[in-house]
Amino acid sequence: MPGIVLDGQKIEAAAGKTVIEAAYENGFQITHFCWHPELSVSGNCRMCLVEIGMPKRMPDGSIQNDNEGNPVISYFPKLQIACATTIAEGMHINTKKENVVKAQDAVMEFLLINHPLDCPICDEAGQCKLQEYGYKHSAGESRFEEEKVHAPKRQSWGPTVVFDAERCIKCSRCIRFAQEVAKQDVLTFVNRSDHVTIELFDEKQFDNDYSMNVIDICPVGALTSKDFRFKARVWDMSFNDSICPGCARGCNIKLGVRNNEILRIEPRTNPYVNKYWMCDYGRLTQYKFVNENRVTEPMIRWKNELIPCSWDEAYAKAEESLKKLKPEEIMFIGSGRTANEGNYLLGKFAREIFKSGNIGLFRDIDESFKDDLLKVSDKKPNHLGAVEVGIVPGKDGVTVQNLPEKMRYKNIKALYIITDQIVDYRPIIDELDDLELIIVHAYNHTPLTKKADIVFAASTYAEIEGTYVNIDKRVQHLSPALVTSENMRFMGMKMSRLDKFGAPNDRWTQHKLRNTLPHWKILTKLAEQFNVKWNYKSAKDVFKEITEKIPSFAGMSYEKLIEYQGLTLGKAGQPDPKVINYESHVMKPN
Amino acid sequence: MNITKNTEAERMNFWEKIYIPEIARGLGLTLNQVFKPKFTRQYPEEVWEPEGSYRGRPVLVKEETGERCVACGLCSRVCPALAIEVQASETEKDKERYPVKFEINMLRCIFCGFCEEVCPEEAIVMSKDYHLVFQSQEEAILSKDKLEVPIAKLQDRLEFLRQYR
Ligand code: SF4
Ligand code: SF4
Ligand code: SF4
Ligand code: SF4
Ligand code: FES
Repeated sequence: MPGIVLDGQKIEAAAGKTVIEAAYENGFQITHFCWHPELSVSGNCRMCLVEIGMPKRMPDGSIQNDNEGNPVISYFPKLQIACATTIAEGMHINTKKENVVKAQDAVMEFLLINHPLDCPICDEAGQCKLQEYGYKHSAGESRFEEEKVHAPKRQSWGPTVVFDAERCIKCSRCIRFAQEVAKQDVLTFVNRSDHVTIELFDEKQFDNDYSMNVIDICPVGALTSKDFRFKARVWDMSFNDSICPGCARGCNIKLGVRNNEILRIEPRTNPYVNKYWMCDYGRLTQYKFVNENRVTEPMIRWKNELIPCSWDEAYAKAEESLKKLKPEEIMFIGSGRTANEGNYLLGKFAREIFKSGNIGLFRDIDESFKDDLLKVSDKKPNHLGAVEVGIVPGKDGVTVQNLPEKMRYKNIKALYIITDQIVDYRPIIDELDDLELIIVHAYNHTPLTKKADIVFAASTYAEIEGTYVNIDKRVQHLSPALVTSENMRFMGMKMSRLDKFGAPNDRWTQHKLRNTLPHWKILTKLAEQFNVKWNYKSAKDVFKEITEKIPSFAGMSYEKLIEYQGLTLGKAGQPDPKVINYESHVMKPN
Repeated sequence: MNITKNTEAERMNFWEKIYIPEIARGLGLTLNQVFKPKFTRQYPEEVWEPEGSYRGRPVLVKEETGERCVACGLCSRVCPALAIEVQASETEKDKERYPVKFEINMLRCIFCGFCEEVCPEEAIVMSKDYHLVFQSQEEAILSKDKLEVPIAKLQDRLEFLRQYR
């Protein structure tokens, strides 16, 4: 490993790394726009200019030292770009010397000459690299008195992305992303000098499955999302860490929330799962069901109608109805959409209280969804986890395969289902009407809840703490982003600004908090109704029991899952090495 | 022990103790004021017109082509009392965005003028309006139609800002 000296400090990095990579891996930051760790180097923004030199050598090859014994450095006459210079043993790099800062200031001045500076109407403001570097590297006023070059501000690139040619700083990140990651090479620079702009090839659209990632990697606000445009300012939203429930890849995401509504989903870097990306499907679909059409309180059927009731009434009704049936007439169906904690307790509920092995799980495989970047055919984010924590039929238990038949012959008279997507239950849909009892933990009002006798209002993935197991057996932690009446105190400072400080007479807080509970809590309370006392105070307690009872989870804890960004089943002792996660927007000049 | 007493009763002389002359003296003072020039104003019949520097309730500047505000949310962010709620939306006009919703909760507002100071468009200014009477909490939340004031009526303030800001 070559050793280099960066701003007077000795650091080491693997051979072949560039200066900017070596610096970054060692916790130093070099200002830049066009460099991105997952894209090829294009070296066109010139923001990363640094002074680079090598020790002077004597004719015999030994290093020449000055009077104090330090090597004499001969610097390259011109500054070099850190993103395209490979490190070499003994290299000296200065990023803070006056000439370097002056050069970076000059680059900023050039970039700002034709920049519209319309931050007040720009969605990027608040997380914009140009703004951030502007504080450090610009004089606060322009010496440019002539008319700025104007360019079209609202160009549609396709179904998802809008391009503002004035704001673009021509870093080419989007072009390289299209070529190298999305593999849809339709973008190109045209024209010269201050008239350079980006165009699509004739009759082409930028409409691949990963198109919206360019919005995240664009260092300025030149690319905006058609789905999000102007919904909220960045500083008004809270961003909490979660896992995308769109498919079994389990991309790490952040949920942008304001006024207790998810307004957008962003990828969160995880080098071992999704790197810097997520698919457009996940980004565009996995928040609407959380915001809209929610079951906000428990309900029971009364004369052919579902009517809201209190939790205690719902538990009592569930107990009464379940006790009327023989245990072997009840089928428990877990869910690959639900976190491990809920599934684990469902299994435990069936086995301990009903001594039943009638535990099943439906899959949702869609081969057309699969691709070779992130998307996988298993559309459930936690199928592996559900199986692992015990959503498997017991000996002689009814399985999902023979369930339709058992329902037809009235061997199964009741269903206890967690999650509500009727598509999940396609094989049994015709039989549902003949059942005596359906109990559902539901997020939304769906055709399934219409058929149900008791509906428990359940918290979605965005309202709970829990764990998913992805397709590579990686256990990942999700934390709540939205407030319900149950998690209010837990959320505390994690809420967005307005949510945190809103009072009852503020109109923005006037939508009622949803009275939903996480699956594990519903099951714990219901068990209590059957005189079985489980001592779980939080999802953490449930997960602790999982790690004690199920060997593949041994050694895990929420803290460790967060620290290592997920641990592989059975390998809690050998986490993937931690690497510094590059976050384009978060990176501040030092 | 050496106890000294210093009560009100001890300090007053005989004439003060019998009160009547003191009451007469007080009435005399009042009578005297009746003939002096008056400083009071018959509010609300007689209304005071403040100077441009006055900070009354914040209002939105409305030009002939519509509001100036671009819904950037800076006023909402800077407001120390969280009085302002802005929701942006897209418009076909050149400025791209406008506020579909702009509300100021006058029960929260403390008339600090920070919103005016931060606004990049000079779209929100402090008006001369100080008659603020509400009969319910709901009524005190002013919506966009109540906030928008034609630019002609705000000339004093705009001129003040031009000179002294
Ligand atoms: S649109 Fe953004 S990412 Fe693309 S070249 Fe311009 S500044 Fe760079
Ligand atoms: S690949 Fe799957 S997990 Fe990732 S964002 Fe897309 S749908 Fe969500
Ligand atoms: S005057 Fe001050 S308190 Fe009132 S709305 Fe403006 S910023 Fe808020
Ligand atoms: S600061 Fe000005 S332009 Fe921005 S939202 Fe407030 S009033 Fe509108
Ligand atoms: S980051 Fe090196 S030239 Fe752009």
